[in-house]
Amino acid sequence: MNAPNPSGWRPSIGIDSSEEIAVKTASGDRGLALEESLIFELGATGKCGVDFDPPSAEPLPGLAKFLRAAPLDLPGLTEPETVRHYTRLSRQNYAIDLGPFPLGSCTMKHNPRLNEKVARMPGFGDIHPLQPRRTVSGAYEAIAQLADWLLALTGMASIALSPKAGAHGELCGLLCIRAALEARGDPREVVLVPESAHGTNPATAAFAGYRVENIPATPEGRVDLAALKARLGPDVAGVMITNPNTCGLFEPDMKIISQVVHEAGGFVYCDGANFNAIVGRVRPGDLGIDAMHINLHKTFSTPHGGGGPGSGPVVLSVALAPFAPLPMVRRDATGVARLIEESDATGTGHDSFGRMAAFHGQMGMFTRALTYILSHGADGLRQVAEDAVLNANYVLRSLEDVLDAPFAASGPCMHEALFSDFGLAEGFSTIDIAKGLIDEGFHPMTVYFPLVVHGAMLVEPTETESKAGLDRFIASLRSLAERGRAGDEALKSAPHFAPRRRLDETQAARKPVLVWKAEG
Amino acid sequence: MRYLPLTQDDRQAMLATISAGSIDELFRDVPEDAVLDGPVAGLPLHASEMAVERHMAALAAKNLSAGAAPFFIGAGAYRHHIPASVDHLIQRGEFLTAYTPYQPEIAQGTLQVLFEFQTQVARLLGTDIANASMYDGSTACWEAIAMAGRITRRKRAVLSGGLHPHYAETAKTMARFTGDALAARVPVLVPEPDDAEVIAAIDAETSCVVVQYPDVLGRIPDLAAIAEAAHAQGALLVAVVTEPVALGLLEAPGALGADIVVGEGQALGVGLQFGGPYLGLFGCREKFVRQMPGRLCGQTVDADGRRGFVLTLSTREQHIRREKATSNICTNSGLCALAFSIHMTLLGGEGLAKLARINHARARRTADALSVLPGVSVLNSAYFNEFTVLVPGEARVVVQALADRGVLGGVSFGRLYPHAPELAGAMLVTATETTADEDIAALVAALQEVLP
Repeated sequence: MNAPNPSGWRPSIGIDSSEEIAVKTASGDRGLALEESLIFELGATGKCGVDFDPPSAEPLPGLAKFLRAAPLDLPGLTEPETVRHYTRLSRQNYAIDLGPFPLGSCTMKHNPRLNEKVARMPGFGDIHPLQPRRTVSGAYEAIAQLADWLLALTGMASIALSPKAGAHGELCGLLCIRAALEARGDPREVVLVPESAHGTNPATAAFAGYRVENIPATPEGRVDLAALKARLGPDVAGVMITNPNTCGLFEPDMKIISQVVHEAGGFVYCDGANFNAIVGRVRPGDLGIDAMHINLHKTFSTPHGGGGPGSGPVVLSVALAPFAPLPMVRRDATGVARLIEESDATGTGHDSFGRMAAFHGQMGMFTRALTYILSHGADGLRQVAEDAVLNANYVLRSLEDVLDAPFAASGPCMHEALFSDFGLAEGFSTIDIAKGLIDEGFHPMTVYFPLVVHGAMLVEPTETESKAGLDRFIASLRSLAERGRAGDEALKSAPHFAPRRRLDETQAARKPVLVWKAEG
Repeated sequence: MRYLPLTQDDRQAMLATISAGSIDELFRDVPEDAVLDGPVAGLPLHASEMAVERHMAALAAKNLSAGAAPFFIGAGAYRHHIPASVDHLIQRGEFLTAYTPYQPEIAQGTLQVLFEFQTQVARLLGTDIANASMYDGSTACWEAIAMAGRITRRKRAVLSGGLHPHYAETAKTMARFTGDALAARVPVLVPEPDDAEVIAAIDAETSCVVVQYPDVLGRIPDLAAIAEAAHAQGALLVAVVTEPVALGLLEAPGALGADIVVGEGQALGVGLQFGGPYLGLFGCREKFVRQMPGRLCGQTVDADGRRGFVLTLSTREQHIRREKATSNICTNSGLCALAFSIHMTLLGGEGLAKLARINHARARRTADALSVLPGVSVLNSAYFNEFTVLVPGEARVVVQALADRGVLGGVSFGRLYPHAPELAGAMLVTATETTADEDIAALVAALQEVLP
């Protein structure tokens, strides 16, 4: 191990353990490396961390036949035990707050804390979606301001804010396309998806009732325009293009793609997962697209929270705007933001494809994203894209001598740098580099995606990493690449210094244990 | 800009490293006529934390928050007291700023929480297993209908009239595009739920019956009878729970024969938040596991034989199966699941039962106070913490007039069902442990002013 170790601290487990004095503790914990049992092993049904006054009435007689036959068997903990349980668990997580989280396509940037404070203001956090409209005018105004910004930044005609995450936004876009095609009496069956697309694209198209066909990529990592043109026809409802694409490259033919798809009577859906690379510098509307979702939890910094919640507003072209889902917030002629739940007298919402979810969207994410946008302003958002792209190119050029960068010759990348496992020693693969990064104190990059590159490693540093932080990350990744090329066996068993070693995923899937059960 | 660490010197040094003359060179693949040469015109520039907070606080101040008024609104989103430790714990950066746990060695915190959450949800709903969450109750409901279709290979679902109209509309939207047939109905203002009509609608082509428990009028259907009728025709029972606190008092749907139980978990730990983000709960029989949508966390061991947790059975999911996946869902409601799980841990089974009894008692107190008003009556023969109130005239007008007096008195069925004039005289009134005697008195006083 050549990792910097200024303190001289040596682990008691791990690759050097044969040389170490085995230290066994009675507790199983080691200093600040704390193990934590399950609540089912710690708690008791009768324990409680909440105090109540006794109920002021007995259940209605009519309720008797519906009551639980047996007490609910769920363990409780008092407040100090609860706080300790979750705090100890939290320490087994890596997080942006601890260091770079360079997951390609995921845009793990710093989550400003002002956003959290704002979302918790009672006027946003403690209002009910079905309150009388006049009691929540500020909420509609906040939604409308977010919509104004997103439309200006994307150069699109209209927006649907109700989708609850990126994939839900994709669904919204495709349902708009279906509704538009059905409205002109031209239902079509096929959606074309490049083979480099996120898995949600084909899954969404199928969920919306379409048949999915793949479009190949060129050796340069772009959509194969000739193959796309050849496949277009009267059965093609549309294409789903990610731009910048999942190889980290801008699609230079995007305007031509939009044009040929439109000429063939189809629509262009753009996966906006990678909008962070171009926000403030390019408006997707200028590229001729018809719909694009925006992951507020990526470009606009709402926290990922260990797997959501997200938010996936969809911007729409003039052609698709009439079909946007209800409910919607729109400004009236005087500029006042209003909630439209049903098609109104002006015809707004008349052609809507309907409702996608209860209530009207991820307000908690809207307020965070709007706060983020106002903090950056038009100039700061442009700087976001520039720094994100600069950081990715810096990573790409700093490592292309030790890691294979299949599209490095294609020119600059956008906001993410793509490497392959080509050149690693026999028997070594991307997973070994990824697990080695864990030992180095970093979260791994996205691995084995996109599928068009063998052993893909997709690194998205984002704009919120400093140059010094990137240099540390690059030094670690360089060291790992060299060890992988040299065939350092210790890499095969990484990570050594994480709360767990590699986990047996095969066993987990073969005999799934999805809920806790008392032993014996 | 306070969130951007690169200095101008850094940028110059980095451009030199990558042999680029300028930032613009990095965007050379963008067609020239699509490049903006400066910040998007007409938009404000960056602002200080203080200025942004002031702007947002001014917008927030225009809203009447639930805690600032006598508050009786429910209908799928419930205001409960959330212990302070819940919000503190979910804001720990290790939870808040982590990603989906794709690298389990450094995500055991999130993964163990999900395993505990799945177990809590399964026990609460009375199902064998549960997943790691969906977006919300309404989308979970459609996913359950789609899943029942895959299991039974039938495409006709029967929806109870007691299903929340937003849930029914969400399902209708999807069914229109997938070719599923939905037999849905508008509720009728009678004291008992529509169990008999639902049972009569089940036939040999029915994939599932979808029944909300308690229903959108606050009535409580007889799930066991519906399950029996569904199973006799080879159909599944999908039970929908929009108020999980009810299950502290009422029998779990799974124990009554429901095959899939979905719900809205917002009531525990998550807060109102004007409709989202919320938390979809999804439980079912173990034999259906490979047809489930969404993430699943499973127990396993690491290379040293220590217990650990991973995301599992991902061959169902979009990132592996692509167009053959059981659902397109990717990001779900991880942080809301954490909040739910912490709140549930603070409560425990006995605490939830107490909380449920208090909710019911507050609703009884409210119902008793309203039903003595002239012209006002409570429809339900049974309810948990919300019930339907019949008022003279249009309830929508009554609710508005109450709001004018600073009272958030309920939800009119006119708003929920704008095309059903026969429901216009009814409103849904909800009470929870947060409903004080003074709130009830304020509602009664305001109603006395408002009603003829």
